[in-house]
Amino acid sequence: MIVRILGEGQVEVDDSAAEELNDLDSKLEAAVEHDDEADFRPALDALLARIRSIGRPLPPDALAPSELIIPQEGATMAEVQKLLTDDGLIPG
Amino acid sequence: MVALMGVMKRVSLIFKSKANKALDRMEDPRETLDYSYQTQLELLQKVRRGVADVATSRKRIELQINQLQQQSDKLDRQARDALAAGREDLARDALTRKAGVQGQVTDLTTQYTSLQGEEEKLTGASQRLQAKVENFRTRKETIKATYTAAEAQTRINEAFTGISEEMGDVGMAIQRAEDKTEQMKARAGAIDELMASGALDDMVSGPRDDIQLELDRMGAGHDVDAELARLKGELGQGSAPRQIEPAAAGATDGQPAQVTRPVDTRSTDARAADQPQAGEGP
Repeated sequence: MIVRILGEGQVEVDDSAAEELNDLDSKLEAAVEHDDEADFRPALDALLARIRSIGRPLPPDALAPSELIIPQEGATMAEVQKLLTDDGLIPG
Repeated sequence: MVALMGVMKRVSLIFKSKANKALDRMEDPRETLDYSYQTQLELLQKVRRGVADVATSRKRIELQINQLQQQSDKLDRQARDALAAGREDLARDALTRKAGVQGQVTDLTTQYTSLQGEEEKLTGASQRLQAKVENFRTRKETIKATYTAAEAQTRINEAFTGISEEMGDVGMAIQRAEDKTEQMKARAGAIDELMASGALDDMVSGPRDDIQLELDRMGAGHDVDAELARLKGELGQGSAPRQIEPAAAGATDGQPAQVTRPVDTRSTDARAADQPQAGEGP
């Protein structure tokens, strides 16, 4: 499956990694839902680190949509929360 | 209440829903392709301008760091000179000011690194977008040439969704870079103003550089002493130079050379005149 890291581009990740990524993502989601700043940063960093280590970069001219999109490194909790609202940060 | 499906899936769905809404607004798919291509070219221009803006801001900070570093080096030299001359109070003053300047340097260096990272990211984004825009243009022409309703629609949707995801990502990256550059501009502007008004100079070295003034005054004193010694030497009062030698030698590493220089710089005639005297003994 294709995963986009915002600000960095797209990578291809084996489907077998889905469960592991879901576990990491659910920690991030819980932190975001509960406004838990203490858990938020490590959860985002862990997810980013894992995707970077197992992902293979897609060629720059690839035009495929991503199945998963992860917020950029250093994103604040407020940015992520805004990203999750329909009329949030995404332009257009 | 949003079903728990993970942040990544939700963000991806929001990106897709944006693309779909844009697609729905278009009546003719071919119009979609052309319109989207125009928007892509505009965004490409925008991201390139963004890279240039960040680079300009980074260079400005670099210049300021260099200026402040020079001030810091100068204060360091002054502290050494002052200490060598036994003026610990002046040296302490210089080092205190140096610490202030060094603090600014450290702060600006952090900003510099951050801008550098932003520039790299935006450069990468610009290159990826360019590759994708070129690919999109090729596909656009192919799709238009083989246009047969339903099948073409699927291919258009895919290409459009893919590129609009990239465009959304790049658009946000530009926004982040702009925000950061604006902050930097404000800071850099404030420091430039301080430097222009002389306030930073005052902070660095005091009004009219009082440390340097004091050192110069002491330095001038040494020159006068050395000159006196030279004149006394010429007049055959040989003991005079040895009297000031200990104090001058203790001044700085460079001082002993200065003390002996008056002897060396005398005309050869004067030195020749000394020789017999030295041989005979005083």
